[in-house]
Amino acid sequence: MTEDEVKQIVIDIINEIAPDEDTSDLKGEVSLRDQMDLDSMDFLDIVMELRKQHGIEVPEADYPELASLDSCANYLTPKFNAK
Amino acid sequence: MVDSLRAESAIFGRLSMQQSRIVITGLGLTSPNGNTIEEYRKNLLDGVAGVQLMDVRYMGEQPAGVCDFDTKKYQTRKELRVGTRAASIGIYCAREAVADSGIDFEAFDKSRIGVYVGTTEHGNVETENEVYNISKFDYDTKFWTHHHNPRTVANNPAGEITINMGITGPHYTIGAACAAGNAGLIQAVQMLRLGEVDLALAGGVSESIQTFGIFAGFKSQGALGTHEDVSKASRPFDKSRNGIVVSEGGAIYTLERLEDAQARGAKILAEIIGYRINSDASDYVLPNPERQAECMRAALANAGIEASEVDIVNTHATSTPQGDIQEIKAIAEVFGDCPTTYVNNTKSFIGHAMGAAGALELAGNLPSFEDNIIHPTINVDELDPECALPNLVINEPRKVDAVKVILNNSFGMLGINSALILRKFEG
Repeated sequence: MTEDEVKQIVIDIINEIAPDEDTSDLKGEVSLRDQMDLDSMDFLDIVMELRKQHGIEVPEADYPELASLDSCANYLTPKFNAK
Repeated sequence: MVDSLRAESAIFGRLSMQQSRIVITGLGLTSPNGNTIEEYRKNLLDGVAGVQLMDVRYMGEQPAGVCDFDTKKYQTRKELRVGTRAASIGIYCAREAVADSGIDFEAFDKSRIGVYVGTTEHGNVETENEVYNISKFDYDTKFWTHHHNPRTVANNPAGEITINMGITGPHYTIGAACAAGNAGLIQAVQMLRLGEVDLALAGGVSESIQTFGIFAGFKSQGALGTHEDVSKASRPFDKSRNGIVVSEGGAIYTLERLEDAQARGAKILAEIIGYRINSDASDYVLPNPERQAECMRAALANAGIEASEVDIVNTHATSTPQGDIQEIKAIAEVFGDCPTTYVNNTKSFIGHAMGAAGALELAGNLPSFEDNIIHPTINVDELDPECALPNLVINEPRKVDAVKVILNNSFGMLGINSALILRKFEG
């Protein structure tokens, strides 16, 4: 799985949990919270959907890795490819 | 000296508030047969029921009262995803009530607003959904949502209203089984008289059609209503009635002290002149007509009126074989000698809206103060002789000379009875 595909998975999850947000033009390197109205509960939702939909576990200590689309891709792509 | 005078004046202020007359100045509702008072009232006068078949988890299609208000009118899609249906109903009704009241809400001191929402139950829906959810993951609780606790705390429906509307005064729900709608309004009256708040948003809500447990519980109890024509499934007083139709819905009112309402030139829909809540202290589910009659009498005494002054008694009757007879017995005892007191029922149109029932059924009758028409109880193909009160308004609306006083009954499990009395405001 490529990093772009992983980014798309994260965007698809954000579209589900924050349906009012426009995700069409998200910048990869900028924090998601700076680009959208996301709170800590929303990040827990992202973690839950990764677990439910893809069997990916994100331990609490690693939550900062989900800050931006780029960091998500860096962190999650090896996990997807290790499945 | 100045301090003691100030303290004295504050005490007198509070004492005079305790005598304040409390009025209704706004109403928002959603019912299975209407999302505005105009639509709802028209359907009550035209005999249009709002019961339909709905798929209930594990049970298949069941008669239910389903609301179709515009959920996005006052909430974002994210709020709808995170929050509960009960709260969504509450937010819609509360916002509509404030709009109806004509209050300058933006300028109003939000710390002086109280939110008192009656609920029959809360949390069943959300808990059942999560148990169902983790059943898809071999009951592994790491798939249990972190939204569970804020969704299921008992104050959720009231709390979400305060978040949505920026209200910083007190909020809580009143758990009072199916007497909760009346209980919410009574709480508002008391808090306004205590001077705790200057504006109350109060009434009741129900999301109960989303929990299979309520349907299954009534079914096991032999109290779930059915009929081959689903619009007749809820038929209080009909000889063939066989149980309750579970509904969702809500009605929230704005209530104010009369002096405050008059000072801002508010339109006054009605005055709450009396109430009573009491307990059967006899059974978990079986009603007790003796205590129901006591409750109505105590409400009349609280209002300082005679039974004969009541023009409409809106019954609680839920279309169960025993419950309807018991309530009719209680009403006959209190209003037996009142030839101009008419009796009707709103559940025959909308089913049993549980925590919303008292507030929503009252809403359906409030327009009688203006049009002097009493909406009927419908679906009575053959009147049960044991329910045959002479002044039961059956199947067709009844026009009378004047409607000035309404008594609204709402009773619930564990033997909680409530009676609320409203008078047309004429100054």
